[in-house]
Amino acid sequence: MEEHGNTVYGNQQIQFVILISRQGKVRLTKWYSPYSQKERSKIIRELNGLIISRAPKLCNFVEWRGFKVVYKRYASLYFCMCNDEEDNELETLTIIHHYVETLDRYFGSVCELDLIFNFHKAYFILDEILLAGGLQETSKRTTLRLINAQEDLVETAKMEASSLSNIIAQATK
Amino acid sequence: MIRAIRACKTAAEERAVVRKECAAIRAAINENDTDYRHRNLAKLMFIHMLGYPTHFGQMECLKLIASPGFPEKRIGYLGLMLLLDERQEVLMLVTNSLKQYPVYIVGLALCALGNICSAEMARDLAPEVERLLQFRDPNIRKKAALCSIRILKKVPDLAENFINPATALLREKHHGVLITGVQLCTDLCKISTEALENIRKKCTDGLVRTLKDLANSPYSPEYDIAGITDPFLHIRLLKLLRVLGEGDADASDSMNDILAQVATKTESNKVAGNAILYECVQTIMSIEDNGGLRVLAINILGRFLSNRDNNIRYVALNMLMKAVTADGQAVQRHRATILECVKDSDASIRKRALELVYVLVNDTNVKPLAKELIDYLEVSDQDFRADLTAKICSIVAKFSPEKIWYIDQMLKVLSEAGNFVKDEVWYALIVVITNASELHGYTVRALYRAFQTSAEQETLVRVTVWCIGEYGDMLVHNVGMLDIEDPITVTESDAVDIVEIAINRHASDLTTKAMALVALLKLSSRFPSCSERIREIIVQFKGSFVLELQQRAIEFNAIIAKHQNIRSTLVERMPVLDEAAFIGRRAGSLPGAASTTTVPSVSLPNGVAKPVAPLVDLLDLSSDDAPAPSSSGGDFLQDLLGVDLAPASQQSGAGQASKSGNDVLLDLLSIGSASAPTSSSTVDILSSDSSNKAPVLPLDDLSSVSLSSKASSNAAPMMDLLDGFAPSPPTENNGPVYPSITAFESNSLRLTFNFSKQPGNPQTTVIQATFTNLTSNTYTDFVFQAAVPKFLQLHLDPASSSTLPAAGNGSITQNLKITNSQHGKTIFGVGHSTLSEIGHNDLDSSIPSFSLFVLCEYDYGVHLLILFPKTFMWFMYISTKIFVYECQSQILPLKASFRCRSIEEIVCSKLYATLNMQNYVVQRKFIRVKVCDVWPQY
Repeated sequence: MEEHGNTVYGNQQIQFVILISRQGKVRLTKWYSPYSQKERSKIIRELNGLIISRAPKLCNFVEWRGFKVVYKRYASLYFCMCNDEEDNELETLTIIHHYVETLDRYFGSVCELDLIFNFHKAYFILDEILLAGGLQETSKRTTLRLINAQEDLVETAKMEASSLSNIIAQATK
Repeated sequence: MIRAIRACKTAAEERAVVRKECAAIRAAINENDTDYRHRNLAKLMFIHMLGYPTHFGQMECLKLIASPGFPEKRIGYLGLMLLLDERQEVLMLVTNSLKQYPVYIVGLALCALGNICSAEMARDLAPEVERLLQFRDPNIRKKAALCSIRILKKVPDLAENFINPATALLREKHHGVLITGVQLCTDLCKISTEALENIRKKCTDGLVRTLKDLANSPYSPEYDIAGITDPFLHIRLLKLLRVLGEGDADASDSMNDILAQVATKTESNKVAGNAILYECVQTIMSIEDNGGLRVLAINILGRFLSNRDNNIRYVALNMLMKAVTADGQAVQRHRATILECVKDSDASIRKRALELVYVLVNDTNVKPLAKELIDYLEVSDQDFRADLTAKICSIVAKFSPEKIWYIDQMLKVLSEAGNFVKDEVWYALIVVITNASELHGYTVRALYRAFQTSAEQETLVRVTVWCIGEYGDMLVHNVGMLDIEDPITVTESDAVDIVEIAINRHASDLTTKAMALVALLKLSSRFPSCSERIREIIVQFKGSFVLELQQRAIEFNAIIAKHQNIRSTLVERMPVLDEAAFIGRRAGSLPGAASTTTVPSVSLPNGVAKPVAPLVDLLDLSSDDAPAPSSSGGDFLQDLLGVDLAPASQQSGAGQASKSGNDVLLDLLSIGSASAPTSSSTVDILSSDSSNKAPVLPLDDLSSVSLSSKASSNAAPMMDLLDGFAPSPPTENNGPVYPSITAFESNSLRLTFNFSKQPGNPQTTVIQATFTNLTSNTYTDFVFQAAVPKFLQLHLDPASSSTLPAAGNGSITQNLKITNSQHGKTIFGVGHSTLSEIGHNDLDSSIPSFSLFVLCEYDYGVHLLILFPKTFMWFMYISTKIFVYECQSQILPLKASFRCRSIEEIVCSKLYATLNMQNYVVQRKFIRVKVCDVWPQY
């Protein structure tokens, strides 16, 4: 907080991304500014109370500690992104939507369970869209292409590993 | 594992599962298991997300990153970003990957670097990242660009190196690279003026062209969002243009066309389109003035404002706030809509709108706006009221065209949301009321009416009680009737009723009750017919457990009952006093507290013509300053103390009414009211008091100096006068005679103290403690222990025996030597500033094991206040446990016993002690009340 309380950057900078379920369970957190673990859990608690209690149809912005938290609810999940006071909230809202659409395309009509069991994939996708709080890629297709390419890499590595272990296993038999 | 955790029904079950998993992972870490390492780490991340500690896994991340395979590295980096933050300086390991191949690994490293790098790393890796800005793979370039932003944020002085590669990125076609490049440039411009100049000169035209191409581009499915091609890029470009255009007419000029195009052509029925419009408006408002564009922008905002979507309205309010400075008139046009937004159901919108309205208020529109807001106050949400009330009060105070309007509006606010009104606000109101002498009657009647309907609003009650105390007679006799008023009939007892309701109201807090007591006292002299009834009300509070109320009640009762001779004269003087007192108060104590004009207070002490005035002035001064007599401050002050200053003591006692530090004003007000019946010259006291007690006042030094010099010159005649004045002759202060006391007595043990001082060593007091066993059993192994505060030194001599024979057949004696390191120094303080003077400085920062403060000094002893640090419980304490407290070289013995084992017991003892005090309170020599910052709410 201490060094980011007074950022005056005109650039859109997202401070953190949090996904919480309607029950207040955290599904994903990504911090682009240094917060200690203690602060993190405090922030999550605060936002939980702040956001989940809001009625639908109200605006998607909550002012909080000199920042603005932009949130949007998709089914049972709240996607929250925190940006600076000066930033364009509507754009952040669009970013959230962009992220959700990308997830959707990746998982094929994404649901909360997808994000629970494949949380690492949600992170990977987020990392392809946002970096250091800045927007990195605006094309869903590119993002997914990159993710898939990396997935393929992982698969081949696993195949190699298993064939390798097979060979070893056979050899040692 | 995730399934197992999800299957848990209770938190305890979940904890058990997590603990088991953690244990397994730990074991695996210890065995250096490589096969499942990445799986373990993944589990660990999940556990982390649930909020459990996972620090033991941090090294695992690094091991994974160091391993050659891509999958391991990928998970390793993810774990790194999740489990570690930049504070943990293990990150250097990461960096080797930046030089690696394939590109995805570089990508991972850049990503990690961008998300968690520290300043040190930023400095070390900057050249590497700079190199990667020209990498052939665009995906790496865009990552490197964002990484650079992070690096620059950490180490701004590296900006220079990045200017050229960053501007190169602006010529890219790849949207990802372009957008990151634009972001990097925006940040560069913010950091370095050199970069700003450079980019402005070289790139403005190019950027305008890019934006134009983008805005005119045909449908492209890859980047399309809601029919607009890449709104993100639009926005970032507009942002950069804003930075470039700000303060530069040429650059602004070159972007006018495209801004106009974006502002007019962009579809506004989807979020994305509105986001662009919003950004565009921001840019138009920031760049150099172009009238046409501004009008366009304000119109867009107007359209936003009437949009049904809350988000859009929210940003419109946000933007209008900024536009106010640029074009106030245009914003004023939307005032009605904005005012509607204040009443919105959405808290975020309300807040924005209220702030905007607050900025829009000016002299001409204050009346209708304030009316709207106050009307809305009646129906607003509870949690919004505090904000709204504060804003209304501030608006009303700032722009009020006339006093009666101000008073009217404030009364409305008080009756609607009095509980949310801050102290300063109603202080200010009282000040304004006192100054509007022609409105006194009107105000008190209006308050009386308001009280009938809104007695639950604390501050309204306070103001009402105060005004009835002051202008009760005007209420009853309908003095100063205005044409607009409906006549009302209020009897004297009706007026007293009000105060009685206020004082007995369950919800009334200490301040209100204390104020009500003062008001009663005043009414008792104003309404002779109700005097007896008032006395009865006051008497009820003699038994109050709240010391403040009890003290006031006892004093006021004494005034009513025993000082008839003074009171009769006091009643005569009353009307004269009021007028003068207000002026004094206004000038002396409340400069700038309200919109009243400030008269230099220095002249005031001399300004009163009555011959008695300066005298009582002095008297009061002494009662106030005496406790701070200080070894240096002439003996005459001490003499003054010896004299029985009945009225003065009552004043100062009452003057300490409010204990909280910020209550200076209230303090002053209640001094004024308390002293009003005792002497006519409170005028001066008020001003002197204020200067003594509120060190913030600028006139502080001046006035207090002039007063004390006066004090010395007039000391003698004052004494004479006072002697005649005092109902009982002084009995104290006749030298170092220390009576013994029974410090403790129960049916099993008696403890008496004899005090003596060694000549030539006034700091040290020897106490001989004598223990007598009153039971029929012999006490063996009898040990006596004593404790003193830090500034005292205690030396315990061995006891004469450890066996105490039964039935008073013998006694043990033991000597205690107590040295007061503060002897002769100031023990008391004046006002708020002095907790430290007893020997404990910096009460706030380091609280001693316990601290002792003199609260009141009576002829029978000292009333002490002790602060226990752990609990912050304040309580009253009769000094026997701390046997001696030296005060003006006099040992002040007390009669009460005190023991405690727990804090509850302390509370009980406190009450006991306080009750015990009653017998003595009236006879006290002088009172010195310590004003504490924290006063307990019982």
